[in-house]
Amino acid sequence: MKVRFELNEAPMEIDVAPDRRVVDLLREDLRLTGTKEGCGTGECGACTILVNGQTRLSCLMVAAQLDGARVTTVEGLAATTAGATIQRAFVEEGAVQCGFCIPGMEMAALALLRQGDAPGRECIREGLSGNLCRCTGYTKIVDAVERAGRDLHAGREEQ
Amino acid sequence: MSAVLTPARLDEALRLLAENPAALAMAGATDLLVRRRGAIPGHEPVLLSLAHVAELQGITEEAAFLAIGAATPFSRIIADPLVHRYAPLLVQAAQTIGGPAIRNMATLGGNICTASPAGDSLPPLYLLDARIELASPAGERALPIAAFILGPGRTALEQGELVTRILLPKAPRFPRERFIKTGRRKALAISVTSFAGRARLDQDGRIAEIRMAWGSVGPTVVRLPALETELVGAPVHAATVERVGLAVHQGVAPISDLRASAGYRRLVAANLATQFVEALGG
Repeated sequence: MKVRFELNEAPMEIDVAPDRRVVDLLREDLRLTGTKEGCGTGECGACTILVNGQTRLSCLMVAAQLDGARVTTVEGLAATTAGATIQRAFVEEGAVQCGFCIPGMEMAALALLRQGDAPGRECIREGLSGNLCRCTGYTKIVDAVERAGRDLHAGREEQ
Repeated sequence: MSAVLTPARLDEALRLLAENPAALAMAGATDLLVRRRGAIPGHEPVLLSLAHVAELQGITEEAAFLAIGAATPFSRIIADPLVHRYAPLLVQAAQTIGGPAIRNMATLGGNICTASPAGDSLPPLYLLDARIELASPAGERALPIAAFILGPGRTALEQGELVTRILLPKAPRFPRERFIKTGRRKALAISVTSFAGRARLDQDGRIAEIRMAWGSVGPTVVRLPALETELVGAPVHAATVERVGLAVHQGVAPISDLRASAGYRRLVAANLATQFVEALGG
């Protein structure tokens, strides 16, 4: 079937099997390999993308569900103020170890930080609770999201 | 490869289901697509996506009940002021399901139809006297949740039928309402044992009404109606708490699996209940 959706703020039309998993559509058909597949069963969060601004697991979605949707993957992150701030904070806080969980972590952080004020640590932990880091570097990841929240909030006040 | 049908209206969904009797109804897909991985390539069943069926979405208030569309995701249920007002116990449970992304996808109707002994929305729905509204080309019917869920993965849903809404009677709230889930970790965990309790005391501090339900300690949600009756009029003190612990320990019927042993589940089920009853006095 032809699936039409918005991908990282650009129109996308692709002929694809309607039940193709979205993570395969992104990684294999569109070569957007930033999105990772960890468990493939919705338990690790590595494949997190945003659909209409909400976090979704691309391993548990089929192509037909994307029709008409607005999709953001980690490749579209840098183009947004919040996304660029999150990426910088992850680098500066040393939040990245092996890196496999980071695209999912950053997408979950983006959804969280778009909700409003700079979140506290407990709120960040809750917001990232669906994302596993098997290097177990959670402390620095939470540090990075806290910093990104502060930076974004300060930026908003300056404006 | 298989077709994915994406109806926008309920009558269209029912017609497509009648035309494709082998199609699997798919709401949030968080459980269905995991199970579908085991399908033989080339023989995957047709999927009937319910996510865009207007009648299955959202929460509406009617005279006697609150109606939750079967394909309403948990994140929307958690954020809804009407559910907070009429069913705070369901909000407590919904907040423990999966993680944030799962809650954006997984739906209340899906949790019910999956009929897992560990379904976290189920103990609250039993205590809230939820009714499951079903539609088929032949018409509508509604069943109490306890009559709808028949066993692990088994429901009273008939061929050609879809769950449309979950109806929660607008009953007075209980002053004490608590959902507790125990698992291996806080998020993305399948319950080892879950507990839902509602209670009110009379003016002398005795139990006027108490309702309890346990998940993951039997093939379906476990209730102990005889214990609930027996506790009416009981004072909240050590002897009552002890009696509750014993009755629960004997009353639940857990199994051992990879998450926990039957003995552990029995112990936790009893402890969760005694904690709830003990806290009524505080």
